[in-house]
Amino acid sequence: MRLRKLAYNYPDSTGHFGPYGGIYVAETLMGALDELRAAYEHYSVDPEFKAEFAYELKHYVGRPSPIYHARHWSQKLGGAQIYLKREDLNHTGAHKVNNTVGQALLAKRMGKPRVIAETGAGQHGVATATVAARYGMECVVYMGAEDVKRQATNVYRMKLLGATVVPVESGSKTLKDALNEAMRDWVTNIENTFYIIGTVAGPHPYPMMVRDFNSVVSKECVVQMPELAGRQPDAVIACVGGGSNAMGIFHSYIEVPGVQLIGVEAAGSGLASGQHAAALTAGKPGVLHGNRTYLLQDGNGQIIETHSISAGLDYPGVGPEHAWLKDSGRAQYVAIEDSEALQAFHDLCHYEGIIPALESSHALAYAAKIAPTMGHDKVLLVNLSGRGDKDMATVARVSGIEL
Amino acid sequence: MSRIQPTFEKLKQRGGKALIPFITAGDPNPQLTVSLMHALAEAGADIIEIGVPFSDPMADGPTIQRSSERALKHGVALHDVLDMVAKFRTTDANTPIVLMGYGNPIEAMGWERFAVRCAQVGVDGVLTVDFPPEESHEAFGHLHRHGVDPIFLLAPTTSDERITQVAKVARGYVYYVSLKGVTGAGHLDLSTIAQKIPHIRQYIGLPIGVGFGIRDADTARAVSKLCDGVVVGSRIVQEIEDSNEEVVITNVVRLVKELRLAINQA
Repeated sequence: MRLRKLAYNYPDSTGHFGPYGGIYVAETLMGALDELRAAYEHYSVDPEFKAEFAYELKHYVGRPSPIYHARHWSQKLGGAQIYLKREDLNHTGAHKVNNTVGQALLAKRMGKPRVIAETGAGQHGVATATVAARYGMECVVYMGAEDVKRQATNVYRMKLLGATVVPVESGSKTLKDALNEAMRDWVTNIENTFYIIGTVAGPHPYPMMVRDFNSVVSKECVVQMPELAGRQPDAVIACVGGGSNAMGIFHSYIEVPGVQLIGVEAAGSGLASGQHAAALTAGKPGVLHGNRTYLLQDGNGQIIETHSISAGLDYPGVGPEHAWLKDSGRAQYVAIEDSEALQAFHDLCHYEGIIPALESSHALAYAAKIAPTMGHDKVLLVNLSGRGDKDMATVARVSGIEL
Repeated sequence: MSRIQPTFEKLKQRGGKALIPFITAGDPNPQLTVSLMHALAEAGADIIEIGVPFSDPMADGPTIQRSSERALKHGVALHDVLDMVAKFRTTDANTPIVLMGYGNPIEAMGWERFAVRCAQVGVDGVLTVDFPPEESHEAFGHLHRHGVDPIFLLAPTTSDERITQVAKVARGYVYYVSLKGVTGAGHLDLSTIAQKIPHIRQYIGLPIGVGFGIRDADTARAVSKLCDGVVVGSRIVQEIEDSNEEVVITNVVRLVKELRLAINQA
């Protein structure tokens, strides 16, 4: 079956998605970004590079990940059929590794023996430490000092894998500050260091490159959905922090008419409370971390702290391509509160025997919200972007249990 | 009109080099900033760079990061910084003032409104660390129209092609970053500066200031021989951090006078 396609060709040659994206960095980083852009342009079409990436995804990551029809849960909800793209079954337990494998292979070809990364909850840090071990690279992971305290298990995991974890004490001591610190390391050690950014943000070519590496997710879905459900979904739903799992599962569907794309942000304690991380829903365009995008900021242009039960969504910005998909109307963005995400978390455990990541639980919660309003013949595809093992302590604490 | 070009012309006539100290507005507290600016001018600053505090100072080392955090704790916003310059101008009509910071606070105010305010209060130049010329034609157009100089960084890694790009929009002076790293780092390489400055002059007619990593009088003297001006930031901000409020102005003046003397001896 051939898909009817809409035209979509972003970013442009200078890294812009409409007015968003671009390269907003200090002059000291321009040389390194030029070098990276040239390398990515070269290797992204190099058959040998593509073959090695495909091989690693198959044999090391375990791709393709299956799609699973959540029959029992769909039946309980009493409406649309919900299908789950099982990124939680990847090696390291989330979609993040698709991107770190791609960037590490690129680093190897660029002759950079040292990789650095920023991490919030630690998932991207673990995925980076994993590939650094796999390819024999030195690895330094920057993590906000607050997050180091909250995510002790992942810190230990990274250390086991041979990485150095550097707690970041500046600013709000969270993900955004870790990103700042990684940029500072990069600018200081440009000759031997490759910066593996974990989401579809940062200066060009990162948003495009991270999307491309994660787009293997939607490439698989486009083939798997007709096999399993007999057709493409009516809507694709994914959680959005920086937005890499969402761009991964949206990308091949952007050009397919009739497939609605829905990104789900973290509404934290509620949008009205101000305690949330919903940059697209409640933010304003501005410039941070190398790109123009929607940001949570005060009236003076200072970036404000975010709140979500899910550390992976706790980021004040969002990838520039999402900003463009929102403005152009191709995707819709909604927000789900902590309590709703937790309910979906427990329901998936209960009805399907799958423990989802709290990040992915936001996407599940939105699916659970709209499924009952739709007919039984409708199909929702949700990106189950990660497994919830890392969230045991958080969920237990909310339930008043100390592990 | 900007006071920067006339300042460099006067210096050139008498064979002098510019001393360009940097402080963050609102550090250690907003009440002291205007007094510190006057003290810098009296101690021998030719141009004063004023840092606009930002929540995410990506290109700055720990010293300037902390100064930004101290200022933000006092709630210092871009409009406050402009008010400080206005107050400074009531008794100093001559010393050029350059605002240095990140783009987002200006975005939030709006570039046109910002450019108008700069011209009103007497800001002469603006250095937006994270806005390269390619992204910002409209923004820098507003500055040009209101007689405010866009100042740009050049790095050891900047290609000739990019120097040409910067030359098209830059006014006032360009700021050569003397090392690979963030502000305040400590591995400045004089021989690279000696090679790079004449190379940049082939493309840009503007005066060239050098900064990032100038930590003492000796380095300031050595660097000043190679360029038109010396920018000292982290070292002064460190002095502010280490001094209690009663002596902060005295200590900063002593430091700036040392730097002035060293550069004059060059």
